[in-house]
Amino acid sequence: MRVGVITFPGSLDDRDAQRAVRLAGAEPVALWHGSHDLEGVDALVLPGGFSYGDYLRCGSIASLSPIMAEVIDAARHGMPVLGICNGFQMLTEARLLEGGLIRNDHGNFICRDQVLSVETTATDWTGDFELGQQITIPLKNGEGGFIADDDTLDRLEDEGRVVFRYIGVNPNGSLRDIAGITNARGNVVGLMPHPEHAVEPGFGPDTVEAMRSGVDGLDFFTSVISRALARI
Amino acid sequence: MPTIVVDVMPKAELLDPQGKAVAGALSRTGHEAVTGVRIGKRFELTVDGPVDDAVRADIEQIAADILSNGVIEDVVAIHWGDDDVTAPPADDTDSETVDVSLTDAELAEAAATAPEAHDGVGYDAPAGETH
Repeated sequence: MRVGVITFPGSLDDRDAQRAVRLAGAEPVALWHGSHDLEGVDALVLPGGFSYGDYLRCGSIASLSPIMAEVIDAARHGMPVLGICNGFQMLTEARLLEGGLIRNDHGNFICRDQVLSVETTATDWTGDFELGQQITIPLKNGEGGFIADDDTLDRLEDEGRVVFRYIGVNPNGSLRDIAGITNARGNVVGLMPHPEHAVEPGFGPDTVEAMRSGVDGLDFFTSVISRALARI
Repeated sequence: MPTIVVDVMPKAELLDPQGKAVAGALSRTGHEAVTGVRIGKRFELTVDGPVDDAVRADIEQIAADILSNGVIEDVVAIHWGDDDVTAPPADDTDSETVDVSLTDAELAEAAATAPEAHDGVGYDAPAGETH
């Protein structure tokens, strides 16, 4: 299983995403935004960061990068694609996912360990979770407010395409507490919080057992491996 | 060289945290006549040569597809120069454009009232926040 992680100018969390892929048991493949070659990977991660300085709109210029033509084509043919934070913003700008992300309603950048509920396991990236499971992974963004019109929100809910919801506090004004969504096929998932920062004991969120021992993010990456194995 | 100006605004019904922050500062400094502020973007596009129909069509498409995101923003005007202001095209793509039949007063009213639903939310630092 080879999982590509695309680096854009201004990506921050590409190395962490590669590390998460490796810890989950797959081979990470570093891909470059300026290429048109996905190098035969089986899945893709669009990492967090501030691509192109978040100029124009977050993720908008990155969504026009050369490699995004191949990403969009692969996603439409069913390749698993995970967009984390800035990657989620790119997926909405590329119209692979509905809605948009706007500045946090309180106007501040926020960085915290965030509790989420898993609203569906019927995606390529959430199959190893339990439905309704509460997980804790880091959240860090300035423009993470998920918005869409009411019809789109209703459709996302009716079709079971809300993947994660914020629990306890809505940290950025996202409508209906939505933290992440998927496409109709379930292969493309985008979310604002960062699973790749919660994959190894000693470096994750605090838990009741021990400081920094949270590894709830690892299941994102094992899920996509499990899904690939199930198809063999 | 002609310069074409494209004005983009966040959708009137959306909260505009930047505008709200500025409005708060104006209120704090005693400018009580101002009841609302919204912040948008102005793009100046310089073209080489005459602005013919093909260039116009291209720029209208750029405005709708790249300079704005129809989910969260509207192209409110394209200024072609010489006070020749046109509305964005009611194109057949999935991009959403503002109903330019709205008067400035109506837009201002929408802008002033829309964020009300969010007022009072304030910044309530969630527990565990580190920054």
